[in-house]
Amino acid sequence: MSVRVLLPNAFQKHTNGEREIESNAANLPQLITEMETNFPALKTHLRDEQGQVRRFINFYVNEEDIRFLGNEKYAFQDGDEVLVIPSIAGGSWPDGRTPWAGLAVQAEARCARGMCSCCSYCGQEECCCGD
Amino acid sequence: MAAAYELRCRECGKRYENAPLSICDECFSPLEVKCDLDAAKRAFTKDAIAAGPSSMWRYQALLPVPDNYKPTTPAGWTPLLKAPRLAQRIGARNLWIKNDAVCLPTLSFKDRVVAVALANAQAFGFDTVGCSSTGNLANAVAAGAARVGLKTYILVPADLEAAKILNTQVYGATLVRIDGNYDHVNRLCSQIADRYNWGFVNVNLRPYYAEGSKTVGFEIAEQLGWRLPDNVVVPMAGGSLITKIRKAFQELVALGLVEDKPVRFFGAQATGCSPIAVAVKTGADHIEPQRPATIARSLAIGNPADGVYAARAIRESGGWAEDVSDVEIVSAIQELAEMEGIFTETAGGVTTAVTARLYAHGRIHPDELTVSCITGNGLKTTDVLEGAYEQHAAIRPRLGDFETYLQDRSEESEVIVGGSYVR
Repeated sequence: MSVRVLLPNAFQKHTNGEREIESNAANLPQLITEMETNFPALKTHLRDEQGQVRRFINFYVNEEDIRFLGNEKYAFQDGDEVLVIPSIAGGSWPDGRTPWAGLAVQAEARCARGMCSCCSYCGQEECCCGD
Repeated sequence: MAAAYELRCRECGKRYENAPLSICDECFSPLEVKCDLDAAKRAFTKDAIAAGPSSMWRYQALLPVPDNYKPTTPAGWTPLLKAPRLAQRIGARNLWIKNDAVCLPTLSFKDRVVAVALANAQAFGFDTVGCSSTGNLANAVAAGAARVGLKTYILVPADLEAAKILNTQVYGATLVRIDGNYDHVNRLCSQIADRYNWGFVNVNLRPYYAEGSKTVGFEIAEQLGWRLPDNVVVPMAGGSLITKIRKAFQELVALGLVEDKPVRFFGAQATGCSPIAVAVKTGADHIEPQRPATIARSLAIGNPADGVYAARAIRESGGWAEDVSDVEIVSAIQELAEMEGIFTETAGGVTTAVTARLYAHGRIHPDELTVSCITGNGLKTTDVLEGAYEQHAAIRPRLGDFETYLQDRSEESEVIVGGSYVR
């Protein structure tokens, strides 16, 4: 399974000019991690001092804002086109729900309180991480 | 002579030379124009402004345009009207209307922002400009570009009001209808601006474009005799206007042109698209995007670019935000027309209805000097009033027929008065 990720011009300074990548990430948290691994220069720019992904970065899957699709819960489908657009919107992630900053810690905290049944690794309700 | 200005990141503060750029390459946050107020001090005086043109260009010294820029359109300097009859109707005693329904050349406040954006498009050497638009911006870009001979690509949601489509195409603009809402259109424009060497007024020229909104604030202060109001009620789509009126007031205070005083900012949205109002009401410091569903299409931005900044400006000022239903919007359009002779579009209906509610809820004291900002013209959204007024059968051109008509009419109104006719 792979998805096509289109990067904005503003990222290119930190991605050696790459405008497009193929990814096997299962969801958004994994994709962010993968981008940070592939482009170490991007990492410090993607997150703020608290380690949160910066509020002005928006993600879209095909035609839709990923926040309408379930955010971190959305499982990428083969052939999805993921679009990263910075700064056209002021939207940020609700406090405490930023899934890819300290994902495991957050998931653990939620699970410890019996608030969810998500996988503590990928953050999805139904996953195949352990398979 | 224009003051010195540059771009600066709104979050990390990184400074940039002037360029068609709207995003910080360090933290991917929006850029904003920063004018050098010290440099502007000499040119931006009450006398110099009074001697300037009867347009927004009287404030050129605080607008980001090249020193030698010669304005080509007469945008701005719209009436600030006292609204005593509307005031009485809604329980106010000191209510004013800033009437951009008659802003030239295309009858909305967008003529102001476009004037600044196109000045920069020319300075940067673009031969093609474009925008994503809910209609008013499309009209303004099309007209402004026609006047200076720039090519245009204007992208709009396919379901836009017919009048706004016609008012774009008549200027010879290339209008691209997109099967989606404004947020889809806006996103596509971001991609296009990345790929093509075009000046998108609200994408890569956005920092310059947004500064044009300051002129609404400059005018309100000058028209009040160089003083600031107690309250301002502003419609919110992307959320930029309310922040720029505030910035204008702050610049006037910094330059000593008005006395400093608290001004509360109130934001107006339609309930069917109210992401900023929701953020204000819930105290959130983030914007939850919405899928718009309202007749106020010029405010139908579900993911507002300046939403966070608008909510912050409102909160910091001690103001509030409200949202109103489509039914209230239509009633308010009629109310403003009947009481003050101002025909506004749906966005103005939103602002008027919200203004009424703020008084009704006691958030604005009747004696406080309050300015309600009307940003667009009702001739562009006549579809929402379709069926609102019955047309009687034509009468013959005879005095007898006219007298019969008057008699019928007075009987009709007796029935209405005696019945339960309530709007």
